[in-house]
Amino acid sequence: MNNKTPTNAPQMADVALIDESALTARADSTRRASRGDDRFHFVTWAAAVLVLLIFAGVIFSLVEGSLPAIRQFGFGFLTSKSWNPAADRFGALPAIYGTLVTSVLAMIVAVPVGIGIAIFLTELCPRVLRRPIGIAIELLAGIPSIIYGIWGLFVFAPWFQDHVQLPIIEGVTDVPVLGTLFGGAPYGIGMFTAALILSIMILPFISAVTRDVFETVPTMLKEAAYGLGCTTWEVMWRVALPFGRSGVVGGAILALGRALGETMAATFVIGNAHTINASLFDPGTTISATIANEFTEATSELYTSSLISLGLILFFITFIVLACAQWMLRSLDARAGK
Amino acid sequence: MIVNKALYARRRITNGLFIMLSISAAAFGLIWLAFILSALLTEGFSALSPALFTQPTPPPGEAGGLLNAIIGSVIMSTIAVVVGTPIGVLAGTYLAEYGKHTRFAFVVRFVNDILLSAPSIVIGLSVYQLVVVPMGHFSGWAGSIALTIIVIPVVVRTTENMLLLVPNGLREAASALGAPMSFVIRAVTWKAAQAGIITGALLAVARISGETAPLLFTALNNQFIKADMNGPMASLPAVIFQYALSPYEDWHALAWAGALLVTAAVLTLSIVARLLEKKQRN
Repeated sequence: MNNKTPTNAPQMADVALIDESALTARADSTRRASRGDDRFHFVTWAAAVLVLLIFAGVIFSLVEGSLPAIRQFGFGFLTSKSWNPAADRFGALPAIYGTLVTSVLAMIVAVPVGIGIAIFLTELCPRVLRRPIGIAIELLAGIPSIIYGIWGLFVFAPWFQDHVQLPIIEGVTDVPVLGTLFGGAPYGIGMFTAALILSIMILPFISAVTRDVFETVPTMLKEAAYGLGCTTWEVMWRVALPFGRSGVVGGAILALGRALGETMAATFVIGNAHTINASLFDPGTTISATIANEFTEATSELYTSSLISLGLILFFITFIVLACAQWMLRSLDARAGK
Repeated sequence: MIVNKALYARRRITNGLFIMLSISAAAFGLIWLAFILSALLTEGFSALSPALFTQPTPPPGEAGGLLNAIIGSVIMSTIAVVVGTPIGVLAGTYLAEYGKHTRFAFVVRFVNDILLSAPSIVIGLSVYQLVVVPMGHFSGWAGSIALTIIVIPVVVRTTENMLLLVPNGLREAASALGAPMSFVIRAVTWKAAQAGIITGALLAVARISGETAPLLFTALNNQFIKADMNGPMASLPAVIFQYALSPYEDWHALAWAGALLVTAAVLTLSIVARLLEKKQRN
């Protein structure tokens, strides 16, 4: 707003007087508006600060709650295998092991399948089916994890036990390495079942990110490759995928973050056994499953504190993983000029 | 002209093979969806009855419903959305309109994305430590706070994304008419991004209505119909968790019915949110 007197203003004194008051009024309203502006700016800023405070609060509370366990066990907490509430002795190793093994297995299944779905959706699928199939796959991401849990426990685990585990166990008993990895009793529930359910849960994230990446590949680039005589597979594998490599990797790491922290699906089907077994079919536990199963039953202060320490470890692991994913996806955004 | 027939054949076979694989990948994904939904529908519908909506959760062996869990879920989710959405919208507005490329905005964005994908059980633990321990008991308030912490990052992210879709010309036109910045944001930018912002809130509701882990040690559970936010409070996911892991057949049936209700609610919300988002992007 311009506060200067207009050049063509009448020079008569009384008119000038009226003009003056009009100007003051206008200046007032400008000032009021700018005060309102500042206030609004401040409120939005405060909301942004609140996000930081929540984050700080989460870290602070986890560290505070972990202190008794850290004082008692020190770094031994990370390497001890014993988990004995009766004797108040706790070690995180079986839970960390279970978390890492189930997540890595889930990634081994979900990454190739997710990329396959993305290729199907961008290149192969008839145009009419593209949207419905895309939405159906994304619905998998919308289903709450407790549903995967109850379905895994009552439907998938028994089916898996009868139709997959039994034949595999019978088939591999005398094979050297596989016999160890897939031996044992067919419980239905166990680390492998949990990993499979996790892989179904993270599948939509990977395929969604990969599809978005494929869609940023310039059509010219793909057409040029087709023009040189490349097959569909060669275009996707040698042109589209390398073009968006950091995006695909970022999406996969994001999915890994989900798998690591996923609670309910794993809690129902992993068996909650604090042991480290060679066989993937054996029951195990994850950090989140341990917390979900035992927290309300934890009687001693040290028990509660050990579970919170597990939570802190989980938060630390996922923080690192998610930070990597953010960094990779940002670099993709930067290149796409967003 | 020398034609390397072997090379051509190999390339054609590889191509065919991988196309087959990628089609089966898509089939694989769809089969799981069908498998889960069909189990949910058959098990859930057979347990569906009017009593679900009129009676509280029963002790084992008696008839009952899920009324207290439904009420608890609705109360806690409503509080979380009513409190979390304005905070999220304001913070998202800050990022899109004021902060933009500043270092502070960069940090907020990063922290928000971490919170967005942080394991929800960790949020539950931290609310236990910050709210339940000082209060001395589990409570509906603690559950609502945990859910609010999950709502905020979802809304922040969608609000920022949707505000960035609003063409700058609109903002410039309003500013050129002399509107102060806060007025431009509230009357022009927010209005233009309305559908998108509502999408964010809906996605947040969808996300929290299935959340179990953060409620387990904040709101805990409650057998009775109570609207007392100071005491332990039942919620659908927590009841599903408890009943599914119990040894009783009739509790399993109730868990399936609850699972069907939760999934129906969540999928409806996400489909509505998707439609709104599409409207926004056009």
